[in-house]
Amino acid sequence: MSTVTGVSAADELPGPDGRKPLTGDRASTGRLGDRLFGGAATLSGVIVIAMVSLIAVFLVAQALPALTNNSENFLTSRVWAPGGAQPAFGILEFLWTTVAASTIAMALAVPVGVAVALFLTQYAPIWMRRPAASLVDLLAAVPSIVYGLWGLLTFRAFVRPVEQFLQDNVGWFPLFAPTRITGGTIFFIGIVLAIMVLPIVTALSREVFDQTPTAHKEGALALGATQWEMIRTAVLPFGKPGVISASMLALGRALGETIAVTFLVSALSDGTDWTWSLFNGGETFASKIANNAAEFSNPSKTGAYIAAGLVLFVLTFIVNSIARIVIERRKAFTE
Amino acid sequence: MSLTTTPGRVSDDGVADGPGSPPSGPPAREAVREMDNPHRARTTKDLLARIVMWSAFAVAMVPLVWILWTVASRGAHLLADPVWWTGNQRNINSDDAGGGARHAIEGTLIQAGMTALISIPIGVLTAVYLVEYGRGRLAKAISFMVDILSGVPSIVAALFIYAVWVTTFGIDRSGFAVSLSLVLLMIPTIVRSTEEMLKLVPNELREASYALGVPKWVTVVRIVLRTAFSGIVTGILLGLARVMGETAPLLILGPYTKNFQRDLFDGNMATLPTMINQDRGDFALATAAERMWGAALTLIILVLLLNLLGRVVAHFGSVKK
Repeated sequence: MSTVTGVSAADELPGPDGRKPLTGDRASTGRLGDRLFGGAATLSGVIVIAMVSLIAVFLVAQALPALTNNSENFLTSRVWAPGGAQPAFGILEFLWTTVAASTIAMALAVPVGVAVALFLTQYAPIWMRRPAASLVDLLAAVPSIVYGLWGLLTFRAFVRPVEQFLQDNVGWFPLFAPTRITGGTIFFIGIVLAIMVLPIVTALSREVFDQTPTAHKEGALALGATQWEMIRTAVLPFGKPGVISASMLALGRALGETIAVTFLVSALSDGTDWTWSLFNGGETFASKIANNAAEFSNPSKTGAYIAAGLVLFVLTFIVNSIARIVIERRKAFTE
Repeated sequence: MSLTTTPGRVSDDGVADGPGSPPSGPPAREAVREMDNPHRARTTKDLLARIVMWSAFAVAMVPLVWILWTVASRGAHLLADPVWWTGNQRNINSDDAGGGARHAIEGTLIQAGMTALISIPIGVLTAVYLVEYGRGRLAKAISFMVDILSGVPSIVAALFIYAVWVTTFGIDRSGFAVSLSLVLLMIPTIVRSTEEMLKLVPNELREASYALGVPKWVTVVRIVLRTAFSGIVTGILLGLARVMGETAPLLILGPYTKNFQRDLFDGNMATLPTMINQDRGDFALATAAERMWGAALTLIILVLLLNLLGRVVAHFGSVKK
């Protein structure tokens, strides 16, 4: 830990008068400038902690009144009627759409993203690696609203036949059951999300693959492994925790993606029958909130949307924490 | 699947000669190929993997090229009109062509500027704390919170500011509220990139400074931060490019207007993303679609310019080890 914190090694040596070693803040005592600057730095850190805590506190505080007045079960109901004297709302539909679309995105983005990362670190000619990596990063720089626009006006027409084909041929499978939705389906949103999170998977995976000890790789090659066998036996096992946490970060991003999804979803009308089909429409948490921002008229109504946002916050919190824990474990393992 | 089982696949003769093998070569190579033959399944697999990796990269490039091409080709002619850079959308309806985007460009830049103004000091100082001062539980907690913050969806950040700004304090939605929510999204990226850069500063520099009796804070400001300066600037520019394209907070906190509005505290304020969103309902109209592509192209150009600038700064002033 101390090797990377940048704190001078001298700090850890005993002082000239044989006092205990000074560490951290106490390495620089007394001076007003030191105290002010160190204080400001500490304060900034504390502000960051306060921000995250306040997000949780405020969301909970404003969601609670709405939740207690809710006449439906918040987690298992598909009704969404937060207005009126007797608010009734449940998040089941958003939960399903959000999770289903993100799962499709992961199923597509993780294999392709890892393959691209392997390409960038193992296969691409040396001269090509940096420019190619910048191109992949460029994909992350494109604002998400542009993905939404492109999906709506251009890409949709290309995915539609694929959906039709699947519905016609494997429609007996509940997930591919035919629907009447011609706008943005869960399936389509999943594909667009996959494109959007691909650079996240690639960037982090590339970083860990790059760190594979040369000795492992050369050892595998010296034993007669082909390049692919070397990757399978040396690079992939070493990079696995990195890939997992990259996928988790990407999943967090996909769960919370707002504007691209808002551009693409076809909202279901109230009382539509439940179906497992991925070719159904439906709102995600984020798109539901964004689409109805104009409706934040009274506290109880707003509270319902904030409650939905809170669920999204908790979901992403869990996913990101897993990513973090996996990465921490790996650190402990390699050091 | 392990190495030792592969000789068992000798009888795999249905496959034609492994692609990529030279049709004819010096006798020595022929001999080597003979010896390789038992491993044909392995070499085929290797080749397959190679093809898969190359095509994965090609597949990843398709949407990038496709998006950039579509946006550029369909939005370019609007940008060629000088009115686009000087006018606004006043009295222009969805079925009217063109109009200006200056109001939105200004709004985006002003909000991004305010965001940067608030988040740069907090972000950089937090990174300084984590690298130069942080020890023990507080540093761990801060580091953890930065990670959590970087995972907070933009819509949740927007809802939070809404809950504080509008519901609790009863202040109207405004450009400033948008900036506040963007601050939440920008701080983690600044902290992380600054942290990386500060860690690259060699310890010898700090030690030399201490040895000369320079106080710690002067060392941090004049030696460490200065050495890492260009890297920090790059991180800030990339972070700024990222929040500029954020739309969710704008939908909740920054209603669109077709007029010029340069005051962050005075109600509705146009931005490029909300300008795109404005025509969303009428995307079937050629005029509206065209305007959306134009605004999207303008936004991409802004974002890419910032990215490019960041890379240039990084290139010319990177921390030398």
